[in-house]
Amino acid sequence: MAERIDVKKTYKLFINGAFPRSESGRTYEIKNAKGLFIANPCLASRKDLKDAVVAARLAQPGWSMSTAYNKGQILYRLAEMLEARRTQFVEEIFMTTGVSRVKAEKEVNDSVDRLVWYAGWSDKLASLSGSLNPVAGPYYNFTVPESMGVIAAIAAEMPSLLGLIDTIAPIIVGGNTVVVLASTQSPLCAMSFAEVIATSDVPAGVINILTGKKDEIAPWMASHMDVDGMDISGLGKKSHGGLRIAGAENLKRIYSFQSGGPERILAFLEHKSVWHPIGL
Amino acid sequence: MSFYGLVDGSDASLRKYLQALPAVDQVGADARAGMLATRSIKTTSKRWAIDTAISMVDLTTLEGADSPGKVAALCSKAVRPDPTDSSVPSVGAVCVYNDMVAIARAHLDSIGGSHVGLAAVSTAFPSGRASMGVKLQDTRDALDAGASEIDMVIDRGAFLSGDLIGVFNEIVAIRDLCGTRAHLKVIFETGELVTYDNVRKASFLAMAAGADFIKTSTGKIAPAATAPVVLIMLEAVRDFYQMSQRRIGVKPAGGIRNTKDAIKQLVLVNETAGPEWLTPSLFRIGASALLNDLLMQRMKLDDGYYASPQYVTID
Repeated sequence: MAERIDVKKTYKLFINGAFPRSESGRTYEIKNAKGLFIANPCLASRKDLKDAVVAARLAQPGWSMSTAYNKGQILYRLAEMLEARRTQFVEEIFMTTGVSRVKAEKEVNDSVDRLVWYAGWSDKLASLSGSLNPVAGPYYNFTVPESMGVIAAIAAEMPSLLGLIDTIAPIIVGGNTVVVLASTQSPLCAMSFAEVIATSDVPAGVINILTGKKDEIAPWMASHMDVDGMDISGLGKKSHGGLRIAGAENLKRIYSFQSGGPERILAFLEHKSVWHPIGL
Repeated sequence: MSFYGLVDGSDASLRKYLQALPAVDQVGADARAGMLATRSIKTTSKRWAIDTAISMVDLTTLEGADSPGKVAALCSKAVRPDPTDSSVPSVGAVCVYNDMVAIARAHLDSIGGSHVGLAAVSTAFPSGRASMGVKLQDTRDALDAGASEIDMVIDRGAFLSGDLIGVFNEIVAIRDLCGTRAHLKVIFETGELVTYDNVRKASFLAMAAGADFIKTSTGKIAPAATAPVVLIMLEAVRDFYQMSQRRIGVKPAGGIRNTKDAIKQLVLVNETAGPEWLTPSLFRIGASALLNDLLMQRMKLDDGYYASPQYVTID
Protein backbone atom coordinates (compact mmCIF):
# COMPACT_ATOMS: atom_id res chain seq x y z
CA MET A 1 0.00 0.00 0.00
CA ALA A 2 1.30 3.42 -0.94
CA GLU A 3 2.44 5.72 1.85
CA ARG A 4 -0.19 8.21 2.85
CA ILE A 5 0.43 11.84 1.85
CA ASP A 6 0.07 14.37 4.67
CA VAL A 7 -2.82 16.82 4.36
CA LYS A 8 -1.22 20.10 5.40
CA LYS A 9 -3.22 22.97 6.80
CA THR A 10 -3.36 26.25 4.89
CA TYR A 11 -2.88 28.97 7.47
CA LYS A 12 -5.10 31.89 6.54
CA LEU A 13 -6.26 35.11 8.19
CA PHE A 14 -9.28 35.42 10.47
CA ILE A 15 -11.48 38.37 9.56
CA ASN A 16 -15.16 38.83 10.38
CA GLY A 17 -15.57 35.22 11.47
CA ALA A 18 -14.23 33.87 8.17
CA PHE A 19 -10.84 32.58 7.08
CA PRO A 20 -9.82 34.56 3.96
CA ARG A 21 -6.40 34.54 2.35
CA SER A 22 -4.60 37.85 2.26
CA GLU A 23 -6.19 40.21 -0.27
CA SER A 24 -2.65 40.76 -1.57
CA GLY A 25 -2.18 37.05 -2.26
CA ARG A 26 1.15 37.20 -0.40
CA THR A 27 2.53 34.59 1.97
CA TYR A 28 5.79 34.22 3.83
CA GLU A 29 7.79 31.24 4.93
CA ILE A 30 8.34 30.22 8.50
CA LYS A 31 11.02 27.81 9.63
CA ASN A 32 11.68 25.97 12.84
CA ALA A 33 14.71 26.50 15.09
CA LYS A 34 16.74 24.15 12.92
CA GLY A 35 15.92 26.06 9.75
CA LEU A 36 13.48 23.52 8.31
CA PHE A 37 10.39 24.72 6.46
CA ILE A 38 7.14 24.58 8.45
CA ALA A 39 4.41 26.54 6.69
CA ASN A 40 3.44 29.47 4.48
CA PRO A 41 1.17 31.75 6.53
CA CYS A 42 -0.47 34.79 4.92
CA LEU A 43 1.47 38.04 4.77
CA ALA A 44 -1.34 40.45 5.58
CA SER A 45 -1.48 43.79 3.75
CA ARG A 46 -2.86 47.12 4.94
CA LYS A 47 -6.06 46.34 3.05
CA ASP A 48 -6.56 43.21 5.11
CA LEU A 49 -6.17 45.47 8.12
CA LYS A 50 -8.74 47.85 6.68
CA ASP A 51 -11.22 45.01 6.11
CA ALA A 52 -10.62 43.75 9.64
CA VAL A 53 -11.26 47.19 11.12
CA VAL A 54 -14.51 47.50 9.18
CA ALA A 55 -15.60 44.11 10.58
CA ALA A 56 -14.53 45.05 14.09
CA ARG A 57 -16.41 48.36 13.92
CA LEU A 58 -19.60 46.65 12.75
CA ALA A 59 -19.36 44.05 15.51
CA GLN A 60 -18.55 46.52 18.28
CA PRO A 61 -21.96 47.89 19.32
CA GLY A 62 -23.50 44.42 19.51
CA TRP A 63 -20.62 42.98 21.51
CA SER A 64 -20.54 45.96 23.82
CA MET A 65 -24.29 45.73 24.45
CA SER A 66 -24.19 42.01 25.26
CA THR A 67 -24.47 41.36 28.98
CA ALA A 68 -21.37 40.98 31.14
CA TYR A 69 -22.60 37.50 31.99
CA ASN A 70 -22.75 36.58 28.32
CA LYS A 71 -19.29 37.98 27.56
CA GLY A 72 -17.88 36.02 30.49
CA GLN A 73 -19.55 32.85 29.28
CA ILE A 74 -18.12 33.25 25.81
CA LEU A 75 -14.59 33.81 27.14
CA TYR A 76 -14.99 30.74 29.31
CA ARG A 77 -16.15 28.84 26.26
CA LEU A 78 -12.90 29.82 24.55
CA ALA A 79 -11.04 28.21 27.44
CA GLU A 80 -13.13 25.06 27.12
CA MET A 81 -12.47 24.77 23.41
CA LEU A 82 -8.76 25.41 23.84
CA GLU A 83 -8.58 22.79 26.58
CA ALA A 84 -10.07 20.22 24.22
CA ARG A 85 -7.37 20.86 21.61
CA ARG A 86 -4.36 21.07 23.88
CA THR A 87 -2.24 18.52 22.03
CA GLN A 88 -2.51 20.38 18.74
CA PHE A 89 -1.36 23.63 20.33
CA VAL A 90 1.48 21.96 22.19
CA GLU A 91 2.65 20.48 18.89
CA GLU A 92 2.47 23.82 17.08
CA ILE A 93 4.38 25.70 19.77
CA PHE A 94 6.94 22.91 19.91
CA MET A 95 7.30 22.92 16.14
CA THR A 96 7.70 26.67 15.59
CA THR A 97 9.62 27.86 18.64
CA GLY A 98 11.94 25.03 19.52
CA VAL A 99 10.98 25.05 23.20
CA SER A 100 10.63 21.67 24.89
CA ARG A 101 7.31 19.83 24.87
CA VAL A 102 7.08 20.27 28.63
CA LYS A 103 7.44 24.03 28.29
CA ALA A 104 4.98 24.13 25.40
CA GLU A 105 2.51 22.17 27.48
CA LYS A 106 2.86 24.63 30.33
CA GLU A 107 2.22 27.54 27.95
CA VAL A 108 -1.00 25.95 26.73
CA ASN A 109 -2.13 25.20 30.29
CA ASP A 110 -1.38 28.77 31.31
CA SER A 111 -3.30 30.02 28.27
CA VAL A 112 -6.42 28.08 29.23
CA ASP A 113 -6.18 29.27 32.83
CA ARG A 114 -5.58 32.84 31.73
CA LEU A 115 -8.75 32.78 29.61
CA VAL A 116 -10.75 31.55 32.59
CA TRP A 117 -9.21 34.30 34.70
CA TYR A 118 -10.15 37.03 32.22
CA ALA A 119 -13.63 35.52 31.81
CA GLY A 120 -14.17 36.02 35.51
CA TRP A 121 -13.47 39.74 35.23
CA SER A 122 -16.40 40.36 32.93
CA ASP A 123 -19.20 40.79 35.48
CA LYS A 124 -16.96 42.35 38.14
CA LEU A 125 -15.58 45.26 36.15
CA ALA A 126 -18.47 47.62 36.70
CA SER A 127 -18.48 47.18 40.47
CA LEU A 128 -14.70 47.27 40.86
CA SER A 129 -13.78 50.12 38.53
CA GLY A 130 -17.06 52.06 38.71
CA SER A 131 -18.21 54.09 41.67
CA LEU A 132 -21.09 55.85 43.36
CA ASN A 133 -19.68 59.33 43.83
CA PRO A 134 -20.36 61.58 46.81
CA VAL A 135 -22.37 64.64 45.82
CA ALA A 136 -23.84 67.63 47.70
CA GLY A 137 -27.35 67.43 46.35
CA PRO A 138 -30.47 65.29 46.04
CA TYR A 139 -29.23 63.06 43.25
CA TYR A 140 -26.93 60.14 42.57
CA ASN A 141 -23.74 60.38 40.60
CA PHE A 142 -22.37 57.19 39.11
CA THR A 143 -19.15 56.48 37.28
CA VAL A 144 -19.44 53.48 34.99
CA PRO A 145 -16.91 51.83 32.70
CA GLU A 146 -17.77 51.61 29.02
CA SER A 147 -15.95 50.02 26.11
CA MET A 148 -13.64 52.22 24.06
CA GLY A 149 -14.45 50.79 20.62
CA VAL A 150 -12.12 49.13 18.13
CA ILE A 151 -8.68 48.30 19.49
CA ALA A 152 -5.71 47.32 17.33
CA ALA A 153 -2.97 45.27 18.87
CA ILE A 154 0.42 43.77 18.16
CA ALA A 155 0.77 40.51 20.07
CA ALA A 156 4.03 39.54 21.72
CA GLU A 157 6.45 37.57 19.56
CA MET A 158 7.00 35.08 22.40
CA PRO A 159 5.26 33.30 24.05
CA SER A 160 3.11 33.22 20.94
CA LEU A 161 -0.09 31.68 22.33
CA LEU A 162 -0.07 33.05 25.86
CA GLY A 163 1.01 36.43 24.51
CA LEU A 164 -1.88 36.45 22.06
CA ILE A 165 -4.39 35.59 24.77
CA ASP A 166 -2.96 38.21 27.11
CA THR A 167 -3.51 40.70 24.29
CA ILE A 168 -6.96 39.67 23.09
CA ALA A 169 -8.81 38.67 26.25
CA PRO A 170 -8.42 41.91 28.26
CA ILE A 171 -9.47 43.98 25.25
CA ILE A 172 -12.66 42.07 24.47
CA VAL A 173 -13.77 41.38 28.03
CA GLY A 174 -14.63 45.06 28.44
CA GLY A 175 -16.79 45.12 25.28
CA ASN A 176 -14.18 46.25 22.76
CA THR A 177 -13.51 44.49 19.48
CA VAL A 178 -9.98 43.76 18.40
CA VAL A 179 -7.78 43.47 15.34
CA VAL A 180 -4.58 41.75 16.36
CA LEU A 181 -1.38 40.99 14.49
CA ALA A 182 -0.06 37.66 15.72
CA SER A 183 3.54 36.66 16.32
CA THR A 184 5.46 36.88 13.05
CA GLN A 185 7.76 33.92 13.56
CA SER A 186 5.32 31.56 15.25
CA PRO A 187 1.84 32.43 13.98
CA LEU A 188 0.56 28.87 13.69
CA CYS A 189 -1.05 28.61 17.10
CA ALA A 190 -2.61 32.07 16.59
CA MET A 191 -4.38 30.84 13.48
CA SER A 192 -5.37 27.62 15.18
CA PHE A 193 -6.69 29.74 18.02
CA ALA A 194 -8.86 31.45 15.39
CA GLU A 195 -10.48 28.03 14.86
CA VAL A 196 -11.15 27.92 18.59
CA ILE A 197 -12.74 31.37 18.36
CA ALA A 198 -14.85 30.33 15.39
CA THR A 199 -16.36 27.49 17.43
CA SER A 200 -16.90 29.41 20.67
CA ASP A 201 -19.90 31.65 19.95
CA VAL A 202 -17.71 34.73 19.66
CA PRO A 203 -19.73 36.95 17.28
CA ALA A 204 -18.09 37.49 13.88
CA GLY A 205 -15.80 40.51 13.83
CA VAL A 206 -15.22 40.71 17.59
CA ILE A 207 -11.79 39.12 17.23
CA ASN A 208 -9.86 39.47 13.97
CA ILE A 209 -6.40 37.96 13.60
CA LEU A 210 -3.81 38.86 11.00
CA THR A 211 -0.40 37.35 10.37
CA GLY A 212 2.46 39.23 8.81
CA LYS A 213 5.17 41.79 9.42
CA LYS A 214 4.89 44.14 12.39
CA ASP A 215 6.80 46.98 10.72
CA GLU A 216 4.41 46.88 7.79
CA ILE A 217 1.09 46.73 9.67
CA ALA A 218 1.70 48.68 12.90
CA PRO A 219 1.99 52.18 11.32
CA TRP A 220 -1.32 51.66 9.46
CA MET A 221 -2.98 50.57 12.69
CA ALA A 222 -1.64 53.61 14.50
CA SER A 223 -2.79 56.09 11.86
CA HIS A 224 -6.17 54.44 11.18
CA MET A 225 -8.85 56.97 12.10
CA ASP A 226 -11.39 54.28 12.95
CA VAL A 227 -9.21 52.59 15.56
CA ASP A 228 -9.79 53.97 19.05
CA GLY A 229 -6.91 52.41 20.95
CA MET A 230 -3.81 50.36 20.39
CA ASP A 231 -1.77 47.86 22.35
CA ILE A 232 1.86 47.99 21.19
CA SER A 233 3.28 45.64 23.82
CA GLY A 234 4.53 43.30 21.11
CA LEU A 235 6.79 45.94 19.54
CA GLY A 236 10.29 47.06 20.39
CA LYS A 237 10.62 50.35 22.28
CA LYS A 238 12.30 52.04 19.32
CA SER A 239 9.11 52.04 17.26
CA HIS A 240 6.85 53.35 20.06
CA GLY A 241 7.51 57.06 19.51
CA GLY A 242 6.64 57.04 15.83
CA LEU A 243 3.45 55.08 16.44
CA ARG A 244 2.33 57.44 19.20
CA ILE A 245 2.79 60.38 16.84
CA ALA A 246 0.87 58.60 14.06
CA GLY A 247 -1.93 57.84 16.53
CA ALA A 248 -2.25 61.42 17.73
CA GLU A 249 -4.47 62.47 14.80
CA ASN A 250 -7.57 60.86 16.33
CA LEU A 251 -6.29 60.94 19.94
CA LYS A 252 -5.79 57.20 19.93
CA ARG A 253 -5.03 55.70 23.34
CA ILE A 254 -1.79 53.77 22.82
CA TYR A 255 -0.41 51.56 25.58
CA SER A 256 2.41 49.14 26.13
CA PHE A 257 2.22 46.60 28.96
CA GLN A 258 4.93 44.66 30.75
CA SER A 259 2.71 41.78 31.86
CA GLY A 260 -0.85 40.47 31.92
CA GLY A 261 -3.31 41.75 34.49
CA PRO A 262 -6.32 43.92 35.23
CA GLU A 263 -4.55 47.10 34.05
CA ARG A 264 -4.73 45.71 30.54
CA ILE A 265 -8.52 45.57 30.86
CA LEU A 266 -8.85 49.00 32.46
CA ALA A 267 -6.63 50.65 29.84
CA PHE A 268 -9.25 50.10 27.14
CA LEU A 269 -12.28 51.22 29.11
CA GLU A 270 -13.69 54.71 29.25
CA HIS A 271 -15.21 55.83 32.52
CA LYS A 272 -18.29 57.93 32.15
CA SER A 273 -20.09 59.77 34.95
CA VAL A 274 -23.85 60.18 34.91
CA TRP A 275 -26.25 61.69 37.41
CA HIS A 276 -29.60 60.32 38.32
CA PRO A 277 -32.29 61.96 40.47
CA ILE A 278 -33.14 60.23 43.74
CA GLY A 279 -36.61 58.75 44.03
CA LEU A 280 -37.23 58.00 40.38
CA MET B 1 -43.18 59.99 -32.82
CA SER B 2 -40.88 58.12 -35.15
CA PHE B 3 -39.14 55.82 -32.63
CA TYR B 4 -35.88 56.38 -34.57
CA GLY B 5 -37.44 54.57 -37.53
CA LEU B 6 -36.91 51.28 -35.72
CA VAL B 7 -40.56 50.55 -34.99
CA ASP B 8 -43.79 52.15 -36.15
CA GLY B 9 -45.65 51.77 -32.85
CA SER B 10 -47.46 48.60 -33.83
CA ASP B 11 -47.23 45.34 -31.96
CA ALA B 12 -45.97 43.55 -35.08
CA SER B 13 -43.15 45.98 -35.76
CA LEU B 14 -42.07 45.92 -32.09
CA ARG B 15 -41.96 42.13 -32.09
CA LYS B 16 -39.99 42.07 -35.31
CA TYR B 17 -37.51 44.60 -33.93
CA LEU B 18 -37.00 42.68 -30.66
CA GLN B 19 -36.89 39.26 -32.29
CA ALA B 20 -34.00 40.40 -34.44
CA LEU B 21 -31.86 40.77 -31.30
CA PRO B 22 -29.25 38.05 -30.86
CA ALA B 23 -29.47 35.93 -27.70
CA VAL B 24 -27.15 36.74 -24.82
CA ASP B 25 -24.28 34.33 -24.24
CA GLN B 26 -24.89 33.89 -20.53
CA VAL B 27 -21.63 32.15 -19.71
CA GLY B 28 -19.72 34.65 -21.84
CA ALA B 29 -21.39 37.65 -20.16
CA ASP B 30 -20.64 36.28 -16.68
CA ALA B 31 -17.04 35.57 -17.62
CA ARG B 32 -16.46 38.95 -19.25
CA ALA B 33 -17.99 40.83 -16.33
CA GLY B 34 -15.94 38.74 -13.93
CA MET B 35 -12.76 39.39 -15.86
CA LEU B 36 -13.33 43.15 -15.96
CA ALA B 37 -13.96 43.15 -12.21
CA THR B 38 -10.36 42.11 -11.60
CA ARG B 39 -8.87 45.30 -13.05
CA SER B 40 -6.78 47.16 -10.50
CA ILE B 41 -7.19 50.93 -10.49
CA LYS B 42 -4.61 52.77 -8.39
CA THR B 43 -3.20 56.21 -7.44
CA THR B 44 -4.05 59.00 -9.89
CA SER B 45 -6.49 56.84 -11.85
CA LYS B 46 -8.20 55.93 -8.61
CA ARG B 47 -8.38 59.58 -7.62
CA TRP B 48 -9.99 60.43 -10.95
CA ALA B 49 -12.35 57.47 -10.67
CA ILE B 50 -13.48 58.48 -7.19
CA ASP B 51 -14.27 62.05 -8.22
CA THR B 52 -16.00 60.83 -11.39
CA ALA B 53 -18.02 58.33 -9.40
CA ILE B 54 -19.07 61.01 -6.88
CA SER B 55 -20.30 63.20 -9.74
CA MET B 56 -22.31 60.22 -11.04
CA VAL B 57 -24.05 59.30 -7.80
CA ASP B 58 -27.82 59.60 -7.71
CA LEU B 59 -28.03 60.13 -3.98
CA THR B 60 -31.13 58.20 -3.06
CA THR B 61 -33.54 57.94 -0.19
CA LEU B 62 -36.59 55.80 -0.87
CA GLU B 63 -37.87 54.80 2.53
CA GLY B 64 -41.25 54.89 4.10
CA ALA B 65 -39.60 56.80 6.93
CA ASP B 66 -38.36 59.67 4.72
CA SER B 67 -39.07 62.99 6.36
CA PRO B 68 -38.69 66.58 5.09
CA GLY B 69 -35.67 66.94 7.38
CA LYS B 70 -33.98 63.88 5.98
CA VAL B 71 -34.61 64.97 2.40
CA ALA B 72 -33.25 68.45 3.14
CA ALA B 73 -30.12 66.94 4.72
CA LEU B 74 -29.72 64.68 1.71
CA CYS B 75 -29.94 67.68 -0.64
CA SER B 76 -27.27 69.54 1.33
CA LYS B 77 -25.04 66.52 1.15
CA ALA B 78 -25.67 66.16 -2.59
CA VAL B 79 -24.52 69.71 -3.28
CA ARG B 80 -21.52 69.61 -0.97
CA PRO B 81 -20.75 65.97 -0.13
CA ASP B 82 -17.85 66.81 2.18
CA PRO B 83 -18.48 70.08 4.03
CA THR B 84 -14.79 70.28 4.97
CA ASP B 85 -13.52 69.98 1.41
CA SER B 86 -14.87 72.19 -1.36
CA SER B 87 -12.90 70.33 -4.03
CA VAL B 88 -15.33 67.39 -3.80
CA PRO B 89 -17.76 67.63 -6.74
CA SER B 90 -21.54 67.68 -6.29
CA VAL B 91 -23.33 64.43 -7.00
CA GLY B 92 -25.35 63.87 -10.18
CA ALA B 93 -28.80 64.05 -8.68
CA VAL B 94 -30.97 63.53 -5.65
CA CYS B 95 -33.52 60.73 -5.98
CA VAL B 96 -36.68 60.78 -3.85
CA TYR B 97 -40.33 59.74 -3.81
CA ASN B 98 -42.55 62.19 -5.60
CA ASP B 99 -44.20 63.69 -2.51
CA MET B 100 -40.73 64.78 -1.40
CA VAL B 101 -39.90 66.50 -4.71
CA ALA B 102 -41.24 69.91 -3.73
CA ILE B 103 -39.27 69.87 -0.48
CA ALA B 104 -36.11 68.81 -2.27
CA ARG B 105 -36.65 71.42 -5.01
CA ALA B 106 -37.06 74.24 -2.50
CA HIS B 107 -34.06 73.16 -0.50
CA LEU B 108 -31.79 72.63 -3.50
CA ASP B 109 -32.68 76.04 -4.93
CA SER B 110 -32.22 77.78 -1.59
CA ILE B 111 -28.68 76.46 -1.10
CA GLY B 112 -27.49 77.11 -4.64
CA GLY B 113 -27.84 73.54 -5.74
CA SER B 114 -29.84 74.02 -8.93
CA HIS B 115 -27.09 72.27 -10.90
CA VAL B 116 -27.86 69.03 -9.05
CA GLY B 117 -30.54 66.97 -10.76
CA LEU B 118 -33.74 66.09 -8.94
CA ALA B 119 -35.06 62.65 -9.79
CA ALA B 120 -38.47 61.38 -8.71
CA VAL B 121 -39.39 57.71 -8.79
CA SER B 122 -42.67 57.37 -10.55
CA THR B 123 -45.39 55.14 -12.03
CA ALA B 124 -46.27 53.40 -8.76
CA PHE B 125 -42.69 52.70 -7.78
CA PRO B 126 -41.43 50.13 -6.89
CA SER B 127 -43.99 47.54 -8.06
CA GLY B 128 -45.54 49.42 -10.96
CA ARG B 129 -48.88 47.88 -10.05
CA ALA B 130 -51.40 50.66 -10.61
CA SER B 131 -53.73 51.85 -13.33
CA MET B 132 -52.35 53.96 -16.15
CA GLY B 133 -54.28 56.98 -14.90
CA VAL B 134 -52.57 56.75 -11.52
CA LYS B 135 -49.18 56.33 -13.14
CA LEU B 136 -49.68 59.41 -15.31
CA GLN B 137 -50.90 61.46 -12.38
CA ASP B 138 -47.95 60.26 -10.28
CA THR B 139 -45.56 61.49 -12.95
CA ARG B 140 -47.45 64.76 -13.48
CA ASP B 141 -47.25 65.48 -9.73
CA ALA B 142 -43.50 64.99 -9.72
CA LEU B 143 -43.01 67.18 -12.79
CA ASP B 144 -45.21 69.94 -11.40
CA ALA B 145 -43.26 69.85 -8.14
CA GLY B 146 -40.04 70.48 -10.02
CA ALA B 147 -38.47 67.13 -10.81
CA SER B 148 -35.86 67.28 -13.57
CA GLU B 149 -35.63 63.53 -13.97
CA ILE B 150 -38.30 60.85 -13.82
CA ASP B 151 -37.35 57.30 -12.83
CA MET B 152 -40.29 55.15 -14.00
CA VAL B 153 -40.70 51.43 -13.43
CA ILE B 154 -41.89 49.15 -16.20
CA ASP B 155 -44.78 46.78 -15.68
CA ARG B 156 -42.77 43.58 -15.20
CA GLY B 157 -45.90 41.46 -15.08
CA ALA B 158 -46.90 42.65 -18.54
CA PHE B 159 -43.38 42.22 -19.85
CA LEU B 160 -43.04 38.67 -18.59
CA SER B 161 -46.47 37.67 -19.88
CA GLY B 162 -45.52 38.88 -23.35
CA ASP B 163 -47.49 42.12 -23.50
CA LEU B 164 -44.50 43.96 -24.93
CA ILE B 165 -46.54 46.59 -26.72
CA GLY B 166 -48.29 47.40 -23.43
CA VAL B 167 -44.95 48.08 -21.77
CA PHE B 168 -43.82 50.05 -24.81
CA ASN B 169 -46.93 52.21 -24.84
CA GLU B 170 -46.58 52.98 -21.14
CA ILE B 171 -43.06 54.22 -21.64
CA VAL B 172 -44.17 56.30 -24.63
CA ALA B 173 -46.99 57.83 -22.62
CA ILE B 174 -44.70 58.82 -19.76
CA ARG B 175 -42.10 60.02 -22.27
CA ASP B 176 -44.69 62.31 -23.88
CA LEU B 177 -45.69 63.61 -20.48
CA CYS B 178 -42.08 64.43 -19.58
CA GLY B 179 -41.57 66.17 -22.92
CA THR B 180 -38.67 68.56 -22.55
CA ARG B 181 -39.28 69.14 -18.84
CA ALA B 182 -37.51 66.05 -17.56
CA HIS B 183 -35.18 63.24 -18.50
CA LEU B 184 -36.76 59.81 -18.43
CA LYS B 185 -35.06 56.86 -16.80
CA VAL B 186 -36.71 53.50 -17.27
CA ILE B 187 -36.27 50.95 -14.46
CA PHE B 188 -36.43 47.28 -15.47
CA GLU B 189 -35.99 45.62 -12.07
CA THR B 190 -33.63 43.11 -13.65
CA GLY B 191 -33.88 40.87 -10.59
CA GLU B 192 -37.44 40.09 -11.72
CA LEU B 193 -36.71 39.72 -15.44
CA VAL B 194 -35.27 36.22 -14.88
CA THR B 195 -32.98 35.96 -17.92
CA TYR B 196 -30.24 38.02 -19.53
CA ASP B 197 -32.16 37.79 -22.81
CA ASN B 198 -35.04 39.60 -21.15
CA VAL B 199 -32.68 42.31 -19.93
CA ARG B 200 -31.44 42.86 -23.48
CA LYS B 201 -34.98 42.83 -24.84
CA ALA B 202 -36.20 45.30 -22.22
CA SER B 203 -33.23 47.58 -22.92
CA PHE B 204 -33.93 47.82 -26.65
CA LEU B 205 -37.66 48.16 -26.04
CA ALA B 206 -37.19 51.06 -23.63
CA MET B 207 -34.64 52.82 -25.81
CA ALA B 208 -36.86 52.64 -28.89
CA ALA B 209 -39.76 53.98 -26.82
CA GLY B 210 -37.74 57.08 -26.01
CA ALA B 211 -35.96 56.48 -22.70
CA ASP B 212 -33.06 58.82 -21.94
CA PHE B 213 -31.63 56.37 -19.47
CA ILE B 214 -32.10 52.69 -18.73
CA LYS B 215 -31.82 51.70 -15.09
CA THR B 216 -31.30 48.25 -13.61
CA SER B 217 -33.33 48.15 -10.46
CA THR B 218 -35.46 49.77 -7.85
CA GLY B 219 -33.09 48.81 -5.06
CA LYS B 220 -35.96 47.01 -3.35
CA ILE B 221 -35.17 43.58 -4.75
CA ALA B 222 -31.99 41.49 -4.74
CA PRO B 223 -30.11 40.72 -6.93
CA ALA B 224 -30.00 44.26 -8.24
CA ALA B 225 -27.21 45.79 -10.35
CA THR B 226 -25.06 42.72 -10.93
CA ALA B 227 -22.05 43.19 -13.18
CA PRO B 228 -23.27 40.95 -16.05
CA VAL B 229 -26.61 42.76 -16.17
CA VAL B 230 -24.88 46.15 -16.34
CA LEU B 231 -22.59 44.75 -19.01
CA ILE B 232 -25.57 43.66 -21.13
CA MET B 233 -27.22 47.05 -20.75
CA LEU B 234 -24.00 48.85 -21.69
CA GLU B 235 -23.69 46.67 -24.78
CA ALA B 236 -27.27 47.57 -25.58
CA VAL B 237 -26.67 51.34 -25.44
CA ARG B 238 -23.50 50.93 -27.50
CA ASP B 239 -25.35 48.95 -30.19
CA PHE B 240 -28.33 51.27 -30.05
CA TYR B 241 -26.00 54.19 -30.74
CA GLN B 242 -24.94 52.44 -33.96
CA MET B 243 -28.60 52.06 -34.94
CA SER B 244 -29.92 55.48 -33.96
CA GLN B 245 -26.93 57.83 -33.54
CA ARG B 246 -28.27 58.65 -30.08
CA ARG B 247 -26.46 57.91 -26.82
CA ILE B 248 -28.69 56.52 -24.09
CA GLY B 249 -27.49 56.58 -20.47
CA VAL B 250 -27.23 53.65 -18.06
CA LYS B 251 -27.93 53.70 -14.34
CA PRO B 252 -27.11 50.71 -12.19
CA ALA B 253 -28.83 50.96 -8.83
CA GLY B 254 -28.89 48.77 -5.77
CA GLY B 255 -26.06 46.82 -4.18
CA ILE B 256 -23.27 49.24 -5.12
CA ARG B 257 -22.04 50.06 -1.64
CA ASN B 258 -18.32 50.71 -1.76
CA THR B 259 -15.67 52.39 -3.84
CA LYS B 260 -14.41 49.12 -5.24
CA ASP B 261 -17.88 48.29 -6.59
CA ALA B 262 -18.21 51.77 -8.09
CA ILE B 263 -14.83 51.61 -9.79
CA LYS B 264 -15.73 48.20 -11.21
CA GLN B 265 -18.77 49.85 -12.76
CA LEU B 266 -16.61 52.55 -14.34
CA VAL B 267 -14.30 49.89 -15.78
CA LEU B 268 -17.36 48.15 -17.27
CA VAL B 269 -18.50 51.41 -18.84
CA ASN B 270 -15.11 52.26 -20.29
CA GLU B 271 -14.54 48.79 -21.72
CA THR B 272 -18.07 48.18 -22.99
CA ALA B 273 -19.85 51.35 -24.06
CA GLY B 274 -16.65 53.40 -24.29
CA PRO B 275 -15.15 56.49 -22.65
CA GLU B 276 -17.89 58.72 -24.15
CA TRP B 277 -20.21 57.23 -21.53
CA LEU B 278 -17.96 58.20 -18.61
CA THR B 279 -19.95 61.32 -17.84
CA PRO B 280 -22.80 62.00 -15.42
CA SER B 281 -25.08 62.78 -18.35
CA LEU B 282 -24.72 59.19 -19.60
CA PHE B 283 -23.88 57.14 -16.54
CA ARG B 284 -25.28 57.35 -13.04
CA ILE B 285 -25.03 55.15 -10.00
CA GLY B 286 -28.11 54.91 -7.79
CA ALA B 287 -26.87 54.62 -4.22
CA SER B 288 -27.00 55.96 -0.70
CA ALA B 289 -24.25 54.33 1.39
CA LEU B 290 -21.79 54.45 -1.52
CA LEU B 291 -21.15 58.19 -1.24
CA ASN B 292 -19.69 57.93 2.28
CA ASP B 293 -17.31 55.22 1.21
CA LEU B 294 -16.18 57.28 -1.77
CA LEU B 295 -15.56 60.22 0.55
CA MET B 296 -13.61 58.06 2.97
CA GLN B 297 -11.45 56.66 0.19
CA ARG B 298 -10.83 60.18 -1.03
CA MET B 299 -9.73 61.23 2.46
CA LYS B 300 -7.42 58.23 2.58
CA LEU B 301 -5.77 59.29 -0.68
CA ASP B 302 -5.38 62.88 0.57
CA ASP B 303 -4.24 62.13 4.12
CA GLY B 304 -2.28 58.93 3.67
CA TYR B 305 -4.12 57.09 6.41
CA TYR B 306 -7.43 55.26 6.66
CA ALA B 307 -10.52 57.36 7.37
CA SER B 308 -13.31 56.71 9.84
CA PRO B 309 -17.07 56.80 9.21
CA GLN B 310 -17.23 59.10 12.22
CA TYR B 311 -15.92 61.91 10.02
CA VAL B 312 -18.63 61.73 7.34
CA THR B 313 -22.30 62.50 7.74
CA ILE B 314 -24.65 59.61 8.44
CA ASP B 315 -27.22 60.51 5.77
